[in-house]
Amino acid sequence: MSAASKPHVTLSGQNPFQLVIVGHVDHGKSTFVGRLLYETGALPESKVQQIRAVSERRGQRMEWAFLLDAFQAERDQGITIDVSRIPFKTDRRQYVIIDAPGHKEFLKNMVTGAADAEGAFLMIDAKEGLQEQSRRHAYLLSLMGTHQVSVLVTKMDLINYDHAKFQKIETDIRAYLRELGFSPRAVVPIAAQGDEADNIVHRSTNMLWYTGPTVVELLDILEPRPQNEQLPLRMPVQDVYRLDERRIVAGQIETGRLAVGDTLIFSPSGKTAKINSIEGWNISYKPNEASAGQPVGFTLDQQIFVERGEIASHAIDPPILTNVFRGSIFWFNDKPLRAGDVLKMKLTTAEHMVTVQSVDEVIDTENLGGTGRNEVQRSEVAKVTLRARGLMALDEASRAPLTGRFVLVDNFRIVGGGTISMDGYPDQRDLVTKRGTNLTASVTQVDRDARWKRNGHKGAVLWMTGLSGAGKSTIAREAEKVLFLKGFNVYVLDGDNVRGGLNANLGFSPEDRAENIRRVGEVAALFADAGIICLASFISPYASDRERARTAAGDAFHEVYVRADLEVCEERDPKGLYKKARTGEIPDFTGISAPYEAPDAPQLEINTAALSIDEGVAALVAYVEQQIRLT
Amino acid sequence: MNDLDHLEAEGIYIFREAFNRLDNIAMLWSLGKDSNVMLWLARKAFFGHVPFPVVHVDTERKFPEMIEFRDRKAKEWGLNLITGLCPPVEEMDPTLPPAARSAARKTVGLKWLNDKYKWTGIFAGIRRDEQAVRAKERFFSPRGETSEWDFRDQPPEFWGQFNTDFPPGTHLRIHPLLSWTEIDIWRYTQREKIPTISLYFSKNGKRYRSLGDQDITFPVDSEASTIDEIIQELTTTTVSERAGRAMDHEQEDAFERLRRAGYM
Repeated sequence: MSAASKPHVTLSGQNPFQLVIVGHVDHGKSTFVGRLLYETGALPESKVQQIRAVSERRGQRMEWAFLLDAFQAERDQGITIDVSRIPFKTDRRQYVIIDAPGHKEFLKNMVTGAADAEGAFLMIDAKEGLQEQSRRHAYLLSLMGTHQVSVLVTKMDLINYDHAKFQKIETDIRAYLRELGFSPRAVVPIAAQGDEADNIVHRSTNMLWYTGPTVVELLDILEPRPQNEQLPLRMPVQDVYRLDERRIVAGQIETGRLAVGDTLIFSPSGKTAKINSIEGWNISYKPNEASAGQPVGFTLDQQIFVERGEIASHAIDPPILTNVFRGSIFWFNDKPLRAGDVLKMKLTTAEHMVTVQSVDEVIDTENLGGTGRNEVQRSEVAKVTLRARGLMALDEASRAPLTGRFVLVDNFRIVGGGTISMDGYPDQRDLVTKRGTNLTASVTQVDRDARWKRNGHKGAVLWMTGLSGAGKSTIAREAEKVLFLKGFNVYVLDGDNVRGGLNANLGFSPEDRAENIRRVGEVAALFADAGIICLASFISPYASDRERARTAAGDAFHEVYVRADLEVCEERDPKGLYKKARTGEIPDFTGISAPYEAPDAPQLEINTAALSIDEGVAALVAYVEQQIRLT
Repeated sequence: MNDLDHLEAEGIYIFREAFNRLDNIAMLWSLGKDSNVMLWLARKAFFGHVPFPVVHVDTERKFPEMIEFRDRKAKEWGLNLITGLCPPVEEMDPTLPPAARSAARKTVGLKWLNDKYKWTGIFAGIRRDEQAVRAKERFFSPRGETSEWDFRDQPPEFWGQFNTDFPPGTHLRIHPLLSWTEIDIWRYTQREKIPTISLYFSKNGKRYRSLGDQDITFPVDSEASTIDEIIQELTTTTVSERAGRAMDHEQEDAFERLRRAGYM
């Protein structure tokens, strides 16, 4: 494209509206774009002549698509390889068209083009109707957060402008888009290749039955991207510069606003400091505040160590801290994605190594259901659970879209991306930040060995985890009796004796459940320190919670996995809880509507599907005899 | 934020990403209007500093005013200026058309410098709207060991995430001005009062719209002698920006061949 033609002019200071055009490879996108540019006067006559000449030299009629196919290779193959960005304008405003390729294997280029678009046109060939690729592209638009989609039904001339056929396509596509959460402003029947273009700028005389907007009228009623200033503040740290005695924290404000004097909290480190000044160069005065979209650099009132990858926010409404989340992803690597794969994840400026804990569903874009497969092939979309070793600062995409999305890198290349949800997983912020910081451990005059010697055994936490109905409490109570009779100092902690008192103020939300386990872990650790064998019987579904309990008790911690499959537990259903969970009466029920993360390497596994209660108790008692009794 | 603020923000973000992620970087400074804007963005990104060398590949056929501008501003702005020479035109691929052969000298000149300094990344002030082939570029664009550009297999770039992880031996071209248009460059130059070479302004009914080597760059008819007049002219002209660049008009694919070989 030449820069010279009139429509490139942007004098208004207005941001051009970013439009992406997607659809099946042969559904006429490039032709439409070429024609749109011509019809809106975006092309200098010389360019049109040039294309006409090239078309003639190849012995073809005027080929509008040649305009966009800059590469020799593309003309020869007849498909668009990469994304082009083409500016044009209507009487109302400026546009930039992102012409995304439709060929299936070029998904990554489509994503490159479409990810930042404000609105999308989905092209559907009137002859072909809704194809698998049309659906996949629409699905991807929803994943990428495109907030509005309209539909152009192309090549209407080839079906003789048939109203009934058009109506069928319109009904199909509207139904599909509705399921994705889109409600298209219009479904426009067009024809772009012929001598007269139908419904692009001029209303078609061939389709008098159509009363909706023309393409240009439609363009002008699309809404610009919503402003992100009203969202909570998120400024990922991009770098920290030490310049002329100043330490400047630099980054781009993704959402919200900040001002001099604001107290910022940096996540995940949790460090806080006040903004001293907002810096700049070639400006007449230092600004007092800045907002979404702006690149900023600021100094802080304290010399705290913050680094790239942390997210600055206000103390009210900070990002979520977690080491696990669910992602809705698109995948364009040749190598399929499987559970256990380790990848680099980039979320704004942060990088984390993540393990694919599970591939929860590979989406069938035909019907939006699951495929039943558990590996994600190239060009597929899927729901996965990703886990990192440390805590990550992030948001749910539905709340703060720009810090609620990520890309995946494998072997030096971006191979996929996705959006974040926390379904069933708790925010771990309170668990890690609400510890007293000015406490010093009191030094006891009675040491651990003395207690152990008198008891004849070590203090221990036997952490019994497993699904509801697996038999944890039954085994714990029985084992408690047996061990007591054998002379062990032993005590059971379970829901029955902590929920009524210590944790009476907690409910069953993911956050409350996590806090419940945190308290139990700390109490159990104190029991162990006092020389007692504490049998802690809790579902404790999250590996991160159990890890925290292990940290509290140190080497006195023993993880016991009381194992039974979900089917077995659901059949036992001693308290009728599974039934209630299935009907939705109990929300967030482990195994049904919330995840259970089985231990990777428990010290002891008791499989209650195979063992009787007595056998299970015997296994536990034997373990205590071997590992905890002093010899 | 208006459109220029957005373009500025994008450029600053790209500079900061590259500076943080790459070890040994440099910026091409052709002294033209685009690379002066690019240099300005770097100074904005780093609060007045330019924390990497600026590189001028001297074909020895540049306009004297450009060299004078270079040396004066490099001193005034405290730049770490690196210059290098180019091979004679006779050593270039004889199958290329004459002007493209001349332009190819610059590519070799840059390769020589790069062999010496081993940069992992070089900032270049190309824009998508200049030329159809450039429209396909990425912000962070990897080159193989031999500097060639594999446009068929480009890494994806989205959500402000650039490919900054590369196997050893990869060389990157980084393009902070990719989204700008010619008019954006002039509007920003005007807004920020960026110093500019006077050849862009009309003298005796002619001005340069694009500055290359003296022997392969020609002025266009124009009465525009101020930035306002240039912007006014650009809003009405139907002549393309690189019309005065001879190499663009020789063969349908000459530019593409140059670019795949590493031309900016």
